[in-house]
Amino acid sequence: MSHVSLKNLKKSYDGKTDVLAGINLEIEDGEFVVLVGPSGCGKSTLLRMLSGLEAISGGDLEIDHARVNDLPPAQRGIAMVFQSYALYPHMNVYKNMAFGLKIHGASKDEIDRRIKHAASILKIDHLLTRLPRELSGGQRQRVAIGRAIVREPKLFLFDEPLSNLDAALRVQTRLEIAKLHRDLNATIVYVTHDQVEAMTLGDKIVVMHDGHIQQAGTPLELYQRPANLFVATFIGSPKMNLLEGVVAEASATELSVTLAGGQLLKAEVDASRATVGDRVTVGIRAEHLWENNEGSERFTGTVNLVEHLGEANYLYVTLSTGQDIVVRGNGEREVELGQTLNMSAPAASFHVFDRDGQAFHRLKPGNLRSSKG
Amino acid sequence: MQHKATRYAGSAFTHVILAGYSILALFPIVLIAINAFKDRASIFDSPLSLPNSESWSLIGFEKAMKNAHFFSFFGNSMIVTVTSLFFILLFGAMAAWALSEYKFRGSRWLLAFFAFGIMVPIRLGTVSILQIMVSLNLVNTLTALVLVYIAQGLPLAIMILSEFMQQLPKELKEAARCDGVGEFKIFFQVILPLIRPAVATVAVFTMVPIWNDLWFPLILAPGEETQTITLGVQQFIGQYATDWNAVLASLSLAVLPVLVLYMFFSRQLIRGITAGAVK
Repeated sequence: MSHVSLKNLKKSYDGKTDVLAGINLEIEDGEFVVLVGPSGCGKSTLLRMLSGLEAISGGDLEIDHARVNDLPPAQRGIAMVFQSYALYPHMNVYKNMAFGLKIHGASKDEIDRRIKHAASILKIDHLLTRLPRELSGGQRQRVAIGRAIVREPKLFLFDEPLSNLDAALRVQTRLEIAKLHRDLNATIVYVTHDQVEAMTLGDKIVVMHDGHIQQAGTPLELYQRPANLFVATFIGSPKMNLLEGVVAEASATELSVTLAGGQLLKAEVDASRATVGDRVTVGIRAEHLWENNEGSERFTGTVNLVEHLGEANYLYVTLSTGQDIVVRGNGEREVELGQTLNMSAPAASFHVFDRDGQAFHRLKPGNLRSSKG
Repeated sequence: MQHKATRYAGSAFTHVILAGYSILALFPIVLIAINAFKDRASIFDSPLSLPNSESWSLIGFEKAMKNAHFFSFFGNSMIVTVTSLFFILLFGAMAAWALSEYKFRGSRWLLAFFAFGIMVPIRLGTVSILQIMVSLNLVNTLTALVLVYIAQGLPLAIMILSEFMQQLPKELKEAARCDGVGEFKIFFQVILPLIRPAVATVAVFTMVPIWNDLWFPLILAPGEETQTITLGVQQFIGQYATDWNAVLASLSLAVLPVLVLYMFFSRQLIRGITAGAVK
């Protein structure tokens, strides 16, 4: 069992400005938590505070209900995998993995057993006598993970472990890490700036920005019900389309917004706290705009750029109001530049954010694909 | 074509310069070595000729070996050089690690203090050093020499080593800390092996001046028992008559140990350079 609890955790380098301003987070046993955010949001600092490499300025960090704020890394029962792998260059793979264990006085047989076990999980049995410099990037990454596994830690910490790998290897290693998590049933905290990694790996995603947690939840929650504008635009690719507007009518089941061009738009959100005349931002994801008139809310625009992905294409469209939006279209349909495109979306697919960027609760998220697919 | 020709000319020029410098540097050494194997008359008749069947003689080596203290001079030099070197490298590396890894109050001043040691020659302090050694009862002991040489070698060692240590990725140390490795073990088992080329560089730079030094042995340890080889050789140089055979022979012999040490360290040097090149 390992349960990690962060209570009002703070970090400040100069005692005045907070790099992390009171982080509260519960990490359950066996949970895969991904900390994600743009660079400089404090996610790596938070991870280093969990590891003990960075001092905690305020609040409490508990692992298994014991306060570990002032314990050195080794006594917290954590293992960390670094972005640069940080393998000891002068030791072969076996010694790299054995080093920490030897220090802790594990017996030779025990060390050997654990290394063999980890090596077979990671399929690096044949590399044990090699030096790190004789390994490829992907192999080094596995050794680094192996070095963490042999310590049998309560908590694994990954600091952007895939960013030094090329695209193909990244996808493959991502799958392996997911499998590893399932097989070992390990508790993992994983830092990345890549939202695809976050969505694919995490049981729980913690989106961070400016030293604050913006939202924590399952990948689907974050996708369907982003709590604020930052999360809405950060999660999902391409970015969510945003349209400015003013509240025309508000109720607990529906919100009518007058968009910049005068068009009236209906969104199925709980708008009981909105008042008529408020400025709001309406969001719609590229994949929720259809190239037909089946949805209740309609738009017209001119296609000025097409990105072909094969199964789909992204159409960059300028609306009649001059606003640029992205639409995910059927990839096998020919679209001409300059062509006029009629689009629509159901009222349930819109996100609406108030003036402070906080989202109105969506009533019927999910399952919005048009019948034509 | 012309481009190629100029390139060859350029590289030929470089080689001529380097060869010229090598000849200049090697000339006195070669002169000592070839004359060490000649009899006294030939040394003066034709100092530049190689030893032949007529002039060949090992009399110089025989005389040097017969001198009762010759081997103890060698021993003294070895003890002083190796002991000083060991402590310079050990303390130098430890101080460099402390100064580059831990930021503490006054660490910058401490670094400046050590840098100061490079700029001020230790010989300026000879009189006070002698006074200290007298009051510590250390005159005519090898310990006196070792202590002075450690002080002499430390500043440069700390400078070079801390420069190298700062270049080590910090994740390595952090990984070791996560592994629960103590600071001393990190230093000895992770850091030291990684900066071996730098240690070898420092060793070579520090070793030669110590081995060749005449000043401090003459002042601090001139006694029969504690003379180093450079000082011992002076016995063959008299005010009225100099035993050139013995002088040249013992000088030739004196080069050997330091040459062996140099070769030992330079292999490390080269290994370090190539290891860095292939990432």
